[in-house]
This record gives sequence, C-alpha cells and structure tokens, in this order.
Amino acid sequence: MMQDTLLSAKDLTVRFGGVLAVNKVSFDVRQGEVFTLIGPNGAGKTTVFNLISRIYTPTQGEISYLGPKGRITLTQQPPQSVASLGIARTFQNIELFEHASVLHNLLIGRHTHRASNVLQDLFFTPRVREAELKAREKAEEVIEFLGLQHYRDTFVAGLPYGVRKVVELARALCTEPKLLLLDEPSSGLNVEETDDMAFWIQDIQQELGITVLMVEHDMSLVSKVSDRVLAMNQGEMLAMGTPREVQNDPGVIEAYLGSIDDVSSLRRKVNSPTEARPAERTAA
Amino acid sequence: MRFIFKTDYAQDIKLAKHGGQVFWYSALMLLMFAAPWLFAEYWLAQLTLVLIYSIAGLGLMLLAGFTGQFSMGHAAFLGVGAYTQAVMTNAGVPFPIAMACAAGLSAAVGVVVGLPALRVKGIYLGIATLSFGFIVEEVLARWESVTGGNAGIHIKKPDIFGWVLETGNQFYFLCLVVTVIATLSILNVLRSPTGRAFVAIRDSEISAQSMGIHLAYYKTLSFAISAALAGVAGALYAHNLQFISPDQFNILQSIDLLLMIVIGGAGSVHGAFLGAIFLIAMPQVIAQVKDFLPAAVGQAPGLQGLVYGLVLIGFVMFEPMGLYGRWLKVRTYLQMFPFYRKGMFKRQKSFQKSDRLK
Repeated sequence: MMQDTLLSAKDLTVRFGGVLAVNKVSFDVRQGEVFTLIGPNGAGKTTVFNLISRIYTPTQGEISYLGPKGRITLTQQPPQSVASLGIARTFQNIELFEHASVLHNLLIGRHTHRASNVLQDLFFTPRVREAELKAREKAEEVIEFLGLQHYRDTFVAGLPYGVRKVVELARALCTEPKLLLLDEPSSGLNVEETDDMAFWIQDIQQELGITVLMVEHDMSLVSKVSDRVLAMNQGEMLAMGTPREVQNDPGVIEAYLGSIDDVSSLRRKVNSPTEARPAERTAA
Repeated sequence: MRFIFKTDYAQDIKLAKHGGQVFWYSALMLLMFAAPWLFAEYWLAQLTLVLIYSIAGLGLMLLAGFTGQFSMGHAAFLGVGAYTQAVMTNAGVPFPIAMACAAGLSAAVGVVVGLPALRVKGIYLGIATLSFGFIVEEVLARWESVTGGNAGIHIKKPDIFGWVLETGNQFYFLCLVVTVIATLSILNVLRSPTGRAFVAIRDSEISAQSMGIHLAYYKTLSFAISAALAGVAGALYAHNLQFISPDQFNILQSIDLLLMIVIGGAGSVHGAFLGAIFLIAMPQVIAQVKDFLPAAVGQAPGLQGLVYGLVLIGFVMFEPMGLYGRWLKVRTYLQMFPFYRKGMFKRQKSFQKSDRLK
C-alpha cells in the first residue's frame, strides 16, 4: 500500500436482499487529490459513500483509512466516530438542520471539537464560554471562505436551494475534515452556481489541503476539478483513470449510451410488433 | 425597530441580547419577588402552581421541543419525583436532599424509558412512553407498603435543614428560586454544544450522526434531563398539595403536560411558561364564563375538556408555533408599525428531504 493513500477500499460488496448494490469495488484515494465517482443512476455511488460514512456496513470487503492515530479499518468504527476521524460529508438531497440558523448549523459542525461535558454546559463555565468563542471564530472563517456572511443569522428553512447547498458544504468544512465526501455537489444548481462550486472545490483542495471524494453527474465539473475518476455501473467498477481516459473508455460509453448491438436489437423489435416493445425490454 | 450592532462574538452567546431584554426580565423578576405583597393568597397559590408546571414544562420542552422525542407518559416522572419526595420527607430527610433524590431517581427512570427511544420514533415512541406511564401509575397504586396505594399519602411541610416552610409565601419563594435555577440551566444547555446536539437530532438524525453526534447518548441524556426536571416539579407539586395519590399522575396529567408544550409553542423556552399559564388560567376562565352561559351548556359535564380540545385544534390549525409564536407576531407588528406585512411569518415551502436514508 502506498504511503500517501488516505483511504483504501478493498473488494467492497453490499447486498440488499437480492440486490447486489455494490460488487467487489476496490479503489485508493490518495492524499490531496479530488477523486470522483461517476456512473448512471443506480450504479452504487451513493452506497459507496454510505459505506465510507458508516451508514451501511459492507457485506464483504473493508475500508482502511489513515486516521489521526495511524491506519485503521474504517468498517469497524461506530458511525458517530467517523466525523472525529476527519471524514465529513454532504448529502445528495441536503440534510440540514432546518429550524436553526446558518450559524447554528455551522456550530453543530464543530461538535467533534467540543471541549466540555454536560455538567459544564449546565453551568456554562468559563471553559465552555472560551470553547464557544473559538468555535465561532472557526465558523466565521468558513463563512468568510464561502461568502455566507449575508445569510449568517437566517433560518435554513427559508433559504433558497443553491444557498442550502453551500451551507451544507460549509457545515462539513466546520468539522475540519481531512477527507470531504461530496454527494452530487452540483445537483439542482444553475450554471453560475456550478461554476462557483467548482472554484470552491479547487480551493478546498489547494488552499485547505483537504482530500475530496465526490459523486457527480455534471461531466464538465468532473473534468474541471477531478484528478482521478472511477466509473461504476450496476455496482461494478467500469474504469478508473484521469477524467479524459475514463470518458473515452469504451465500457463507460456503452454504459451511458448503450452499444451498437443494443441499437440494432431495438431496430429489430420495432419492426416486429408482436414481440415485447423496446421500452419494456429496457425496463426489464 | 431595533438593530443590534454586533462588535464581539461574545454578544451572541449572552443570555440577554440587548438592553430591552435586561430591562423587561429584571422588571418581571421584581414583580415575581414582590408578588406575595401584591396578590391575594388565592392568586399566589395559582402562581405557585404555574411555576411548578413551568418546571415540568421546561423539561418536556427540552425533550419534545428541542430533541424531537415525544413523551406521552411524562406524568410518570412527575409521580416518581412526587412520591420520592413524599417518602423521604416523611422519613425526616431535609428538603434539598430529598429533592435531589427525587430528581436523581426520576432521571434514572428517564434513562430506562429513553432506551426504546433509540429504536422507535415518532408515534411509536409516543405509545412506548404512554404504556410506561400506565406502568408507573399501577406501581404507585399497588406498592402499598411504600406509596400507601390508592389511599394516597400525606406529606409534611418542606424542611430546609431545620428551617420549616410553614406559609404559602415561603413556599412560593422556594418555587420561584427553583424555577429560576431550572430556567437558567436549560438556557445554558441550549446555548452550549449539548443543546445544539439536541436540536441536530430533532432536525436530522442522519446528518447529526455524520457530524459526530452520538445519537444514543444524547437521546438518553435528553430523557434524563427532562425526567429530572419533571421529578423536581413533582417534588414541589407534592409539597404544594400536601397529599398525593396515584390518580394525580395518570394519562390526563400527561396529556395536560403535552398540551401545555404545544399550546405554549414547541421549540421555545418561553412556550413552557406561556403553556403553564394557559393550563392554570383556563379552568379559572371557564369557571368565570360558566355563569353567563345557559345552564344546559354551562353546567354540562366535560365543558373543560371540550374547550381544551377546541383550543388545541385551533392552535394546531392556525398557530402551530403556539402562544409564543403569536406573541412574536404581535411584537414584530408593534416594532415595525406600520410596515408589518401579512405574509411575513408565512413558512416558505420546504424542499423535499431525503427519504432514502430513513
């Protein structure tokens, strides 16, 4: 195993009942790179994410991770300890704390850095006060970094979608992660917002030195920011390499566009109406 | 309209955010401390009851309003506190120690009840806590050697290391001090990491967990703190009535407590107090109005239940934020006069949340 490997997945397999969601997926994420998972819907990308953030446990295989105290097996850690190991994530469909202000959300992101216990909190001792001020300073740094000053005291429930996306990114940054998992950072964003997102991802990688692992569909964003790309389909690995290599891989093209054989088979079906119609065939 | 000019991060963690709050809360405290000289004995007794219910309400508010865990058996914690207090006081234990034990025992029971909360959510948790309430009521009725069974139990006057609180005024001050301490503690918890963890669990468990919040620990903790406050309220409740029996801690009491939170305004500390005022004042109002109604309506049994039900339905439909939400609107209206717009508090459409991970 290479020394600069931050996270290494080996033979990950997940089975939900009869569905093989992820089948023998192995990859290494190197320190400081932007690593992207792509693939059509149902390819198992988000499942891989949920394995890393310990929401799911793999049926087979394991993930090793270079934590603050040396290399550990991530798949044996309890879910809530993932954040303190330096892994933060965002969600595909935004999971913010709706009935709290943006600042409040960011401060929740500082939870793993809390310096007090409940008893100290009850009396709000000087130690708690000091920690609170420190947390606020860090949150303000992130607010500055992502330009959220205007929304600091706004309740999340009233924010537009694009801003929520940024708030979620900000909250993840507040945990001071080593590895940032972004689940479709550009979904639902317009062209300008997607460009902003691309800049931020580059800044996060280059200025903050955070390794980014993301799932993304927007190929222009992927090729702009990614160092390496892993393409998946139906839970299997298709291709891995630079964005250009992966985009030109025949297997990837087939997964997205279908093969020549598929097209010709469709043509035949249209000509013979007695057999199953093409839509039903592809659905099956 | 007030604009707060912020120059320091410490400003945001202060309890009183601006001079106006300092003034009004000081005025309120002055009024509360002067109350025994201002109000007749009967009204002071009602005020004492409001304070006691406020303490229980604060606990339930933390649990239901801030952690999002509904408890339909909260009267059970009240009962555990009340009976602990009664048994210990009658055995000659001084008031502060007895009350600490009442809080501690209630908290311990709260931890046990919190355990199903780690597995079940929403309405199922409601049913689990509801059945727990029945169990406690039954235990209080059957364990006659300790609780005196359905015949109830008398409790002596509170005795603070030899200083016996004989009069209603003295007891009122005791309740007031306990309420102030409880309120400050809750406010402290809410502005610290622990309180934020509770709010995080309420709004999204999945992302709370990915922020490193230990769900089981914080849910149990919330149940424990909530139950401890109910226990304290129960202890005061026992002293207030001087006689307790199991039927005071039945499902109706639990529903009253929950009603108090919803009508006061779930998710606000003020709501606990406003709810308590509502709960104590409403029977008085109904009693006053009764005389002016035709006998068929005024003397009908269940009038109070009907009014409570209607009020609750009204709040759920028209003011989900409760009395406190209504007050916020009134205050904004006054502050912004004449620029208040009707749609100002209208909730914006929420975006769909992920169902995938639930």
